[in-house]
Amino acid sequence: MAASIPTDAPDQEVGDNPLVEGLERLPVPPTTMVIFGASGDLAKRKLLPALYNLAHEGALPERFNLIGAARRGQTDDEFREVMKESIESNSRREPDPQVLEGLLERMRYVPVPFDDGDAYGKLGKVLEELDEDAGQPLARMYYLSTAPEFFSVISQELKKAGLHRHGKADVRVVIEKPFGTDLKSARELQKVVSNVFRERQVFRIDHYLGKETVQNVLAFRFANLMFEPVWNRNYIDHVQITAAEDIGIGSRAGYYDSSGALRDLVQNHMLQLLTLLCMEPPSSFDADRVRDEKVKVLDAITPMSPDEVERCTVRAQYTAGSPGGEDVPGYLDEDDVPDDSQTETYAALKLEVHNWRWEGVPFFLRTGKRLSRKTTEIAVQLKPVPHLAFGSDGSVGVQPNLLILAVQPNEGVSLSLGAKIPGSRMRIRPVNMEFLYGSSFMSQSPEAYERLIQDAMRGEATLFTRDDEVIAQWSIIDPILQAWKEGKPPATSYAAGSPGPHDADELIAPREWRGL
Amino acid sequence: MSEEVWRERDTTPSKVEAALRHLLIERYHDEDAFVPARVLNLVVVVDAEFRGEVENRLQRVGRYHPSRLVLCSVQPGRKTIDAWCSVAAERAEGPFSLGRETVVLSLGDRHLKALDTIVDPLLVPDLATLVWAPHGHTEAVNALRRLMQVVLVDSQDEQELPEALERSEELLESAYVVDLAWLRSTPWRERIAAAFDPSPLRRGLADISSVTVRHRADSAAAAVLFCGWLSSRLGWHPGSLSDGGGKRRTGHARARRGEVSLHLEEVEQPGAPGLAGVTIEMSSGGSLALDRGPGGLKSVRQARDGTEQVWTVLGASRGEAGILGEGVRQALLRDPTYKPALSAARAMVA
Repeated sequence: MAASIPTDAPDQEVGDNPLVEGLERLPVPPTTMVIFGASGDLAKRKLLPALYNLAHEGALPERFNLIGAARRGQTDDEFREVMKESIESNSRREPDPQVLEGLLERMRYVPVPFDDGDAYGKLGKVLEELDEDAGQPLARMYYLSTAPEFFSVISQELKKAGLHRHGKADVRVVIEKPFGTDLKSARELQKVVSNVFRERQVFRIDHYLGKETVQNVLAFRFANLMFEPVWNRNYIDHVQITAAEDIGIGSRAGYYDSSGALRDLVQNHMLQLLTLLCMEPPSSFDADRVRDEKVKVLDAITPMSPDEVERCTVRAQYTAGSPGGEDVPGYLDEDDVPDDSQTETYAALKLEVHNWRWEGVPFFLRTGKRLSRKTTEIAVQLKPVPHLAFGSDGSVGVQPNLLILAVQPNEGVSLSLGAKIPGSRMRIRPVNMEFLYGSSFMSQSPEAYERLIQDAMRGEATLFTRDDEVIAQWSIIDPILQAWKEGKPPATSYAAGSPGPHDADELIAPREWRGL
Repeated sequence: MSEEVWRERDTTPSKVEAALRHLLIERYHDEDAFVPARVLNLVVVVDAEFRGEVENRLQRVGRYHPSRLVLCSVQPGRKTIDAWCSVAAERAEGPFSLGRETVVLSLGDRHLKALDTIVDPLLVPDLATLVWAPHGHTEAVNALRRLMQVVLVDSQDEQELPEALERSEELLESAYVVDLAWLRSTPWRERIAAAFDPSPLRRGLADISSVTVRHRADSAAAAVLFCGWLSSRLGWHPGSLSDGGGKRRTGHARARRGEVSLHLEEVEQPGAPGLAGVTIEMSSGGSLALDRGPGGLKSVRQARDGTEQVWTVLGASRGEAGILGEGVRQALLRDPTYKPALSAARAMVA
């Protein structure tokens, strides 16, 4: 197999590519991507549309192939037909027929019962055929989009088949969440994964980190001098991180009932938001420098004792209600949910980050299904001014500043400020200064998966979770899971469409939750 | 989309500014969720007879529309200024309505030398101002220099290529230049950069012996800027291109290892203007060719032994509306490679 452009240049160290300077879209190495679980919901709704949009924008590698691998037996053409429908239904832009056709032509399908070693041999042959066709060894990217119980077996079988490394091309694996279901299983999975792949080959995906507004937390903190001086225990009273949904579990009972709110959102997305909010400025935005700082934050959160879990956490299930005038069932009455399920649909936590910057500042996290409104935000409540020179007669008076970093559905930042009410008296009330991303940028944000797939193909790991990071996350969550399993604290309930259980109000008292 | 409108004949900039403020207040009053877009000011200077054509192009820009558009429609001999303003609101993603403000000024050529004094009160303060004069109007652009941070040009619009490039270089002294001809070469630059990115192939950059750029007859600017880009990035010293006969220009650049021959070829190309293809040859015998094709760029790599590989680099054409939208978007970014590429291109057409 000859290199595509032969050269007489001596075999010496090659410097940076001088042609990439100034380009918005950086080159992505020629790659064959293998999606395990290609017939699943995530692949159809997110991964394939993301790949189409990358193709539309000319952002895929110049040589790109996609192999669908799943248990189901089907031909290449049948697979292409299903993928075509998925892209047409879920792409954020109208597909261009010629680009779509070109992408479909690059797709192959290999039936892979995940524990069948022979199937991996066949997969290896297809990968080699594609290398032959390209005239060069293509990088391999295995995307594990299966149920989590298959992550280990797929990794092991890839190793047995010798597909986990390649002498002449990069091999990477992208692992979907959840990475384990508790600390023990996460460690076991990590043991298997690290036995197969080197850490630099592993990309644990949390699609939240691919969202523009989540990345903007870093830009907000580290590109603006004015916030850093107050970003510490001296000026911040407390922080609330909210991820509220107004919908129920839909058809996800099978997954959700074995997961619950704590595993589904707190262990990954919400702790990630917390780390971005609390981390020290990294020396550079190199993947490991950023992740080093995030891990330091997680390590500074002391795992709770059983007593602390009782005092500092709340769990609850939604009961029937009539949000917006529509009658909806309680969690236990949802399809496929066991009658005696103890799974929480709401979780609230009080955490503390024990380091110089944050000691004594409580961080309140809450998430839930069937709450009164859909919103994801970080609310940073500053302390009151030390001396009030203004009276509050006839007004609500001077309120501490409140900074909101809104993640969804409104992407933006708002800051409450005290302002004088017009009139002859010096009366103050809070006013809002708002910034909406949609009014200041002309570009449409790419879907999180587009950014993350491209980053993984380029080997850029900043927006992926490192091994020690995921273990540190589970170390915080595991004691809570253990105590909850023993009924501490007891599960409570809240009506569908309400802001959450009353116990959560006691958790945050004497402070109050922000209205949803 | 809903719209509030104001118009007046024989008006003044201060009256127009007051009307805009009033329209914004009205809009806030009517719609709690109204948020004016605050991205940039776009000042466009056009010949009155071609105003509709330019407005149509701007309509197609879609989401890359600027916050406030000030369209100066120039009628020779006109002595007074007529104005038409609108504040339109369109439903954006999320629960707010995004406001777009448009001011159309009908004015005469006598107004152009002091156009800055007319336009200044109509700009949103603290936003970048982008000036575009697709029909020339050098006097107007010069008058606006103190207001503009960015100027949009299309080097292929000029009759003479050397003058077009000289004008861009001169404008660069006072503003950032976004050249649509340069943007038409972007996908080609990205693909050539990607083709040589894997380290075994990157060595081949020092081995390039010939570059051929195929372009539509009206797109020589994009072609020469592409060659200028390669020259400036790879440290070549380009010489003048000469008429190679027919629709061909040829020349050489001096590289560290020897001469690189440069060829620009006019070809028939239906559809959008820009480049039609690029071929890069290596002194060792291999080559890489990219040409427009269905669904992307057809790529042909020939190895030293003559074996050939053919595939398509996927990507959808942006079309001319897409190019203008990209130009507006680029106004807020900075490409450090344009200026050196422009200098090298000027050396080629000198």
